[in-house]
Amino acid sequence: MGHSSGKNYINEEPGLLSWFTSLDHKRIALLYFVSVMTFFLVGGIMALLLRLELFAPNTTANVGQVLKNGDIYNQVLTYHGAIMVFMVIIPGIPAILGNFFLPLQIGAKDVAFPRLNLASWYVFMLGACLAIGTFFSTKIDTGWTFYTPYSIRTGSAVVMMVVAAFIMGMSSILTGLNFIVTVHKLRAPGMSMFRMPLFTWAIYSTAILQVLATPILGITLLLLVMERTFGVGIFDPKLGGDPVLFQHFFWFYSHPAVYIMILPAMGVVSELITTYSKKTIFGYTAIAYSSIGIAAVSFFVWGHHMFVSGQSEIAGIIFSFLTMLVGVPTAIKMFNWLATLYKGSIEFTASMLYALGFLFLFAIGGVTGIMLAVTAIDVHFHDTYFVVAHFHYVMVGGTLMAIMGGFYHWFPKMFGKMYNETTAIISWVFIFVGFNVTFFPQFILGAKGMPRRYFDYIPEYEQLNKISTVGSWLIAVGFLFGLYTIIRGLTSGEKAPDNPWGSKTLEWQTSSPPIMHNFDHDPVVTAGPYEYK
Amino acid sequence: MAILMLLMNKAMAGSFMPTQGTEISKQVDNLYGFLLVVSFISCVILIGGMIYFALKYKRKTANDKTAYITHDTRLEVLWSVIPLIIFLFVFGWGWVIYHDMRTMPKDALEINVSGKQWAWTVEYKNGVKSTEVVVPVNKDVKLVLSSEDVIHSFYIPSFRIKQDAVPGRYQAIWFKAEKLGEFHVFCTEYCGTSHSAMITKLKVVSQEDFDKWLVSESEIGTLPLAQRGAKYFQTRACASCHNVDNPAAKIGPTLYQRWGKEVANADGSKVAFDENHVRESIMLPQSQIAAGFPSPSPMPSFQGQLSESELAAIIEYIKGLN
Ligand code: HEC
Ligand code: HEM
Ligand SMILES: [Cu+2]
Ligand SMILES: [Cu+2]
Repeated sequence: MGHSSGKNYINEEPGLLSWFTSLDHKRIALLYFVSVMTFFLVGGIMALLLRLELFAPNTTANVGQVLKNGDIYNQVLTYHGAIMVFMVIIPGIPAILGNFFLPLQIGAKDVAFPRLNLASWYVFMLGACLAIGTFFSTKIDTGWTFYTPYSIRTGSAVVMMVVAAFIMGMSSILTGLNFIVTVHKLRAPGMSMFRMPLFTWAIYSTAILQVLATPILGITLLLLVMERTFGVGIFDPKLGGDPVLFQHFFWFYSHPAVYIMILPAMGVVSELITTYSKKTIFGYTAIAYSSIGIAAVSFFVWGHHMFVSGQSEIAGIIFSFLTMLVGVPTAIKMFNWLATLYKGSIEFTASMLYALGFLFLFAIGGVTGIMLAVTAIDVHFHDTYFVVAHFHYVMVGGTLMAIMGGFYHWFPKMFGKMYNETTAIISWVFIFVGFNVTFFPQFILGAKGMPRRYFDYIPEYEQLNKISTVGSWLIAVGFLFGLYTIIRGLTSGEKAPDNPWGSKTLEWQTSSPPIMHNFDHDPVVTAGPYEYK
Repeated sequence: MAILMLLMNKAMAGSFMPTQGTEISKQVDNLYGFLLVVSFISCVILIGGMIYFALKYKRKTANDKTAYITHDTRLEVLWSVIPLIIFLFVFGWGWVIYHDMRTMPKDALEINVSGKQWAWTVEYKNGVKSTEVVVPVNKDVKLVLSSEDVIHSFYIPSFRIKQDAVPGRYQAIWFKAEKLGEFHVFCTEYCGTSHSAMITKLKVVSQEDFDKWLVSESEIGTLPLAQRGAKYFQTRACASCHNVDNPAAKIGPTLYQRWGKEVANADGSKVAFDENHVRESIMLPQSQIAAGFPSPSPMPSFQGQLSESELAAIIEYIKGLN
């Protein structure tokens, strides 16, 4: 169904400026794409610096010391964590892939509120600029968690950073709201809720979480600003406040936020696995409902971050129990994907390798998550490298792998060109191997007792840290290959057909790249999204 | 089967965890070993299954026929219920151990431990202060944790226990050390610049040695002035920021061979390194900042924390560093 006039969303409005005023969801998705990838580059360079510092312990003669002192390490660590969480992983899938494909997948012309959509990007960028602005002020060194009372006592840039996170949170809420309304109001005729692709379901569940959970972060951060500027005495023990209260507030948002980060990834993986197995998804309803189930229960497990903070024993037990319950829908999804492979016709494209890589890494991230949910075990592992390894397995091994896989999958649709499969696969090999070399040893380091957020460590931990740092170089090489693949694809990729992978979902029914209003004729839906018969 | 698993537990848990210094640490390792085995099996099923299917059903032609299977209720119930049972089982097992960790024994030896950026101060009931924790073997010990500034966390890997030290409240942790020797104590709640240097030792000694140590520490008042100063220099954590036997700076300037010299301040002024300068540096560190160090000075004020006689002892000790 190629479009005869050759017009599409990329060339319909000329000039660079038109991109910054465009209300088209596809163009806004690309604005997010460029910004988020830039932030990822910055956060990634910081990660390499952290690993370089940890290559060797700092002996008295200052051998092995790359960063000048602990303060600088702590700052790099904080920017790395804050950038990766608030500026890469949270906006990543919803704002880029969600923006682009949610309307297409449900047969809509755009999101419900296109102006709001563009405004969200500007709000996001405002927050991001403020966050980066702190770099030219006193810099922040609180860690991305801003725990009180440390965050009340340290440099004044904390206020600016917290305001920045608040503003980026606003953007996240607006995007979520937009998606919820879009799903309820703009589905094409015949597109019932249970005919929606699972990616759309995942973005939809995430949007609900964004709208419900992010305001809590907003209020918490505002309270922190008030504490710092007016000394209202809510978190500061010197004024009779309770510093642990901040942790409760913070995790009441940030645990659901973990699912804001992973649910969209699960949505992407569902799409990839059906497409490249040419087979209908196993347990569509189970997957859709388990997303909603995870979203609901995730509000009641925040205390698993606080088993040793002094919360009562009974609270610890209850949070441990509820956490086990969230584990179940997650396990169900894993088995569903596995069953989808059974008797399929599996094609090893780069996207599929990322999806399989996701299953591999997320399985490890998942089982270690269960270990951490067991109270007695977490007392030993809490705030050690075991936790660092665990969350990298779920956030990088999970979400980032899904972003990459989804990006290659939809690349032909987004840009109308094909990328080079060989270099994409080489990139995957480096990233996948490098990832395990970097982060697997960290589980052992954590079990041996190495605490996280350490600028230096005792000699006993040297070997494993060395391996981990070497792994980080492999990851870097992988991403360079990835960058090369993308640039080559954009500049000299072959012209992409409308549906290169033989997918069944709606976005593949329009031209590549799509026209401005998505579909020539309003689509009418008569079947589910994965009818590979 | 059960025995096999128990053996695997022992082998695996032992090789990844630090020495087992207490009974509780053994229990934690057993549970951890069990979790490792179950996790390993789960990963073999998931990852192994994935690799097996991926290879077996590799695409052969573009028109491969695939099965059309939408769901299978029996299977789905199975893979919901089995994980649930396993999760609840390890949850319960963890609870039992956690309950032990959190139930304070009666008649334990009580020791106060206070965190401060970036050192621990350990205080015994008879007034002895130390930067290291010295405890008798085979005796219940209860540490009462507190903090003077930000949150710290007291972590003994070999005992598998940790607890946050939160300013404005007391929190306790207990253990019964079964092995003689020295064990690491780390701070595991991020607390700023030297968080990773906030390390101390826990020494487990016989009851006899413990009693001797306590007496000798409390007799510190009868020692010559400079020797007392040396003790305070350790126990008040001056040593964590200042070198005394070489000219390299740590977090603070070295105090080696400084006495009597003229030293520079950050504002360019010069001052003689004498009794008054040292006194002022310790009591009001912000009043003059040594050249090359940040403002505000990271050195905490010891105003109200050191008595006149303790101060005099420290000054006598610094004098002797030439
Ligand atoms: C947290 C680290 C820290 C601790 C603990 C600490 N100091 Fe300092 N100290 C510093 C720093 C940094 C400076 C340099 C800045 C300044 O002059 O305040 C300094 C300066 C000094 C000076 C002045 C040196 C000069 O060249 O002018 C003296 C004397 C001194 N400290 C003694 C002590 C003693 C005695 C103790 C223990 C009771 C102690 N310090 C504890 C960090 C520390
Ligand atoms: C999208 C990818 C990534 C995300 C979302 C992410 C997220 C995080 C977060 C949240 C932290 C915690 C910061 C803190 O403790 O305050 C962290 C720490 C860290 N990350 Fe990453 N990270 C990513 C990629 C990487 C990569 C690729 C590497 C290595 C090459 C890396 C290395 C580190 C290191 C060394 C730490 C410090 C751990 C510590 O000292 O506690 N990260 N990361
Ligand atoms: Cu959580
Ligand atoms: Cu600390």
